[in-house]
Amino acid sequence: MDQAVVANDIKRSDLREMYYYLRLTRSLEERITALYRQGRIVGGVYTSHGMEAIAVGYASALNPDDVIAPFHRDMGAFLIRGFSPGEIIAQYLGKQAGPTKGKDGNVHMGDLKRGVLGFVSHLADNMPVAAGAALAFKIRGESRVAFAGTGDGGTSRGDFHEAMNFAAVRRLPVVFFCTNNQYAYSTPLRYQMAITDVVERAKAYGMPGEIVDGNDVAAVYLASKRAVAKARAGEGPTFLEFKTMRMHGHSEHDAAKYVPRELLEEWKAKDPILKAERLLTQLGYGETSYFHEVGERVKKEVDTGTEFAEQSPLPEGRETLVGVFATEDEVQP
Amino acid sequence: MTTATAAQEVTYVEAISQALDEEMSRDRRVFLMGEDIGAYGGAFKVTEGFLEKYGEWRVLDTPLAESGFVGAAIGAAMMGLRPVVEMQFADFISCAFDQITEVAAKNHYRWGAAVPMVIRAPFGGGVHGGPFHSECPEGWFFHSPGLKIVAPSTPYDAKGLLKAAIRDPNPVLYFEHKFLYRRIKATLPQEDYIVPLGKAEVKRTGSDISVITYGAMVHLALEAAEVLRKEGIDLEVVDLRTLIPLDKETVYASVRKTSKAIMLHEDNKTGGIGAEIAALLAEECFDCLDGPIIRIAPPDTPVPFSTPLEEFFLPKVSDIVAGAKKLAAY
Repeated sequence: MDQAVVANDIKRSDLREMYYYLRLTRSLEERITALYRQGRIVGGVYTSHGMEAIAVGYASALNPDDVIAPFHRDMGAFLIRGFSPGEIIAQYLGKQAGPTKGKDGNVHMGDLKRGVLGFVSHLADNMPVAAGAALAFKIRGESRVAFAGTGDGGTSRGDFHEAMNFAAVRRLPVVFFCTNNQYAYSTPLRYQMAITDVVERAKAYGMPGEIVDGNDVAAVYLASKRAVAKARAGEGPTFLEFKTMRMHGHSEHDAAKYVPRELLEEWKAKDPILKAERLLTQLGYGETSYFHEVGERVKKEVDTGTEFAEQSPLPEGRETLVGVFATEDEVQP
Repeated sequence: MTTATAAQEVTYVEAISQALDEEMSRDRRVFLMGEDIGAYGGAFKVTEGFLEKYGEWRVLDTPLAESGFVGAAIGAAMMGLRPVVEMQFADFISCAFDQITEVAAKNHYRWGAAVPMVIRAPFGGGVHGGPFHSECPEGWFFHSPGLKIVAPSTPYDAKGLLKAAIRDPNPVLYFEHKFLYRRIKATLPQEDYIVPLGKAEVKRTGSDISVITYGAMVHLALEAAEVLRKEGIDLEVVDLRTLIPLDKETVYASVRKTSKAIMLHEDNKTGGIGAEIAALLAEECFDCLDGPIIRIAPPDTPVPFSTPLEEFFLPKVSDIVAGAKKLAAY
């Protein structure tokens, strides 16, 4: 089907907003990469270069009271949920103003008030957790959905399978996704699984699945909308496989020499921002001057955020001792 | 809140069941998850009749997947519910180790998310369970910041600590001892009560030697105290009740009084909770010690099955008597 025809189902303002978030994600992560290369960011830096459409697409398809358990390359989801570039850079710099106040780094951030479950390095660990959030919605009869994912590598873990099975058995309002970017760190898909499409795994649990072009923000958005609507209607979980390519290394220290250059060239032509620009143009929703204008706007936001983060204080060493246990007033209502 | 059976003597396992029932009636957020806890009522019948009373969305039979359902409990807890998960046997908690230590324990510290959940884990030996149904895995979690750990020794404590655990805003591991389930009884108060987390109790006061212990071993220490009384040695028995937060003050106060300490537990000796407390006593109470700190604990083997092997493995009254006599001689 012609992409533009399907994308007609998306409002002009929604598509333009998604474009803005694609650009903001790219611009913010380019800045983070630069700060890392300057030695101002320590620790791991995991970015979504080339895969921005996934998080932007699915997070745009959700209601504000739905819950997201993002994959670690889902910067767009954090931005859409209201994490500012300043807060995010502060997180990377280990500053007090970051969402974890320096307790954790990079994309390991979350906020229950903004409906984002903090990412756990043990891949797929948040999938049963998201199923549990969906269970809470079901028990309380709320019309809320959980949206949770991992990469192709993470789908090999038991927790992925246990979450898929439990959600299917109890028909929970959860959407699971896999960001299939073809490499788990340096391990190519063929050494991860003996199947080509991760979506095959959903069949074993009696769960409907769909393969989606992960570089096409409109396709991601529409598939997510469909899956979320089903979940909200009590029809149970869906699995979405977003096919994409990781254009940088696993972390920014990784030159990713193990990825064939031709493969990267092939995917460069499918860049999600270029794709979105073609679509906006085709639909008459935007032209070169608009794209330029958005570029200027996000650059300014990232500059302001960088300044804010750099001026924020570092936490005091003794803050280490704070927060191991929760108090009653911190429990979610 | 009262129940019809509250005025009668109840067993340790009935006290646990009462706590769950009363908390579920009191608070709509409380729900149960675990293997075979529904129609079957749980492997030890703790939740018998609960499915009929509360329905399949508050008493959830889960797939056989501990990591998955502990993870789900964490998610539900973060959304504001109060899940109580049953491990059929504490041994199976190893399958959920990752979710407990990496997710439940760290979420609040990392990004401020409270995880108000309880994991009930029937633990301990003396019931011929063999290597996979008799373990005392509390030491694995004792070392993992962010978790609270409870191990009651009496029906009163079992009920009061479970209620406190359910009302706590943190992940709590509740180690209930299988050997005690139907062997000890008590008459419980008719009114609602809790036993606060983090408070040890001196189960027997004595002047000569402090025995610091928890779980089924409390009863063994009390038996040993009766034997030793006849020989003129007066044991004080400190029941930790909660392992984290550890009530160091009660432990120190007891040892400062008696000047001698025996650490007694059913978990393996190496790296066990007794080792940690012995180290604390060496740091904090060195000046008042009149003898070495003695540890009485099983050898570093899995829990064996056959009767003579299991009897050899588990601490005995005679071990405590011998240890106390040796210590008294200092």
